[in-house]
Amino acid sequence: MTGPREWWKTALGVLFTALMLFPVYWMVNVSLTKTSDMRADPPHWFPWNPTLDGYSAVFSQQLPNLATSLLIALGTVALTLVISAPAAYALSQLHLRGAGTLNFILLVAQMIPGVIMAMGFYSMYIKLGWLNSIWGLVIADSTVAVPFGVLLLTTFMAGIQRELLQAATIDGAGSWRTFRSIVLPISRNSLLTVSLFAFLWAWSDFIFASTLNRNGDLIPITLGIYKYIGNNTTEWNSIMATATVASIPAAVLLVIAQRYVAAGVTAGAVKD
Amino acid sequence: MNTTQTMSVGDASHLGGAAAATPTAPPERGLRAGTSSRQARRTRWAAVGFAAPLLAYLAAFYALPLYRNIELSLHDYTTRAFVQGNAEFVGLANYVDVVHSDTFTKALVNTGLFVAVSIVFQYSIGLALAVFFRQNFRLSGLLRGMFLIPWLLPMIVSASTWSWMLNSDSGIVNSVLQAFHVGQINWLTSPDTALLSVIIANIWLGIPFNLVILYSGLQNIPVDVYEAASLDGASGWQKFRLITFPLLRPVSGITILLGLIYTLKVVDVIWIMTTGGPGDASTTLAIWSYREAFGTGQPDFSPAAAVGNLLILIALVFGFVYLRMQRRMEES
Repeated sequence: MTGPREWWKTALGVLFTALMLFPVYWMVNVSLTKTSDMRADPPHWFPWNPTLDGYSAVFSQQLPNLATSLLIALGTVALTLVISAPAAYALSQLHLRGAGTLNFILLVAQMIPGVIMAMGFYSMYIKLGWLNSIWGLVIADSTVAVPFGVLLLTTFMAGIQRELLQAATIDGAGSWRTFRSIVLPISRNSLLTVSLFAFLWAWSDFIFASTLNRNGDLIPITLGIYKYIGNNTTEWNSIMATATVASIPAAVLLVIAQRYVAAGVTAGAVKD
Repeated sequence: MNTTQTMSVGDASHLGGAAAATPTAPPERGLRAGTSSRQARRTRWAAVGFAAPLLAYLAAFYALPLYRNIELSLHDYTTRAFVQGNAEFVGLANYVDVVHSDTFTKALVNTGLFVAVSIVFQYSIGLALAVFFRQNFRLSGLLRGMFLIPWLLPMIVSASTWSWMLNSDSGIVNSVLQAFHVGQINWLTSPDTALLSVIIANIWLGIPFNLVILYSGLQNIPVDVYEAASLDGASGWQKFRLITFPLLRPVSGITILLGLIYTLKVVDVIWIMTTGGPGDASTTLAIWSYREAFGTGQPDFSPAAAVGNLLILIALVFGFVYLRMQRRMEES
């Protein structure tokens, strides 16, 4: 099929995409609007007369929060990988007893509402004195990613050729060396997918941040935006500028790793 | 999701999804007959060693919080009792109070509406787009990729953008409606439209997840089925009704159930846009629980935990349906 029909489809596709992404455009547009134009009627559809006030507010007020979020997200990635990669190896290649039960528990774990985990963590942390700590948030955020990580990595590692691992055993490699020098390098793409999702979830987390880190000195960017909305409802350009900056990791990851993103979403639900 | 949703996807955003594999590997054969049992024993211990961090993790950071949550719901906890640890045991009194509260019915109905309406639209729009993008026209891959953006954005970003778009006085939505001579709608502040507003935002958040999964389901339908149908003179609609939809049914079931589970959990979108208000107009069970525990100056953990545990029960019912459905799909 060639010719005009194809072009119609592309045009329609562009239209749908534009409609879908309109809120994203609107966020950027508002972030560049002057405070005095904010309540203009009708609103300005294009930032003809842009201002960077919103962004300078981000740099003067939100940089520490961005750094905190980065730290939390990286910590979550590390913790998720350290827990889930060895476990996936045990589940997929070492015939762990009770593997079926463990898989089942992991599936059920993903269904538990975040607000419930938040309450449980709150009552634990208040005793341990872990409230308002980065470490506490890293642990809480990782509970979203660990079950996903184990299940995804197990699926991948189960597909590694047994001959390869047996050859290593014959060469005298113990299971730790096999894991480190064969299984991990082969699983690179899956590890990347897991890291990517762990990062994004931790970066985007609102529930845990707003419950376990309400009075901290170091707050993540999501909470920064939330407090912003509460404090000043007039400077929406600053709020939207912060939101735009907070979206950058998602955008970057999508551009450089769209393949992995799609793989992760699908691996979650459908087994090929 | 999260799924946090998770697709919060629903919580579509925190969609962790649930990978399906229960790996079944052939039993390991010993390298030499004499060493096989020692080898097997060593492997078994190695397996425990590699799994140990996960087991400890699950005990400390899943089982313990859940246990604490049940304990909260069976006692009368105040902030002071939290610190002193002398809360009174009240049995199921918190559950009785919660179920008899005026908010309960409202929250249950709102949860049902929020979940059902969100899912119906997320799924049908997602399916329509998946069929459309399946046609592989120029730029279709790029555009499909861009559809993922709403799903990847932090929930606070999407929710606050929607809040501003739906603002009564200065929002773009009312401004466009005005051009069509529709009077001002107080989207977020009127009890009639608050729930509708958060549903609209949630549908938008969930479309990417539905699109991606249904699209991958479509890719698994063999092309020659369609070719044969074309030779028999089937129209596009007939092909959709007689081939696409029936063959996609297992994937559809899983998509919808995952959507259900993740939408039940949603807190952030609603909380950021309306905090469940005005009154209880957009309060769901998850929001109610969150508000009791963290939303007011006076934390009331015990009823919050009771609501939360009821929510777990509902989520688990759908969860088990999902697991059964997935097992059946693997067997076939």
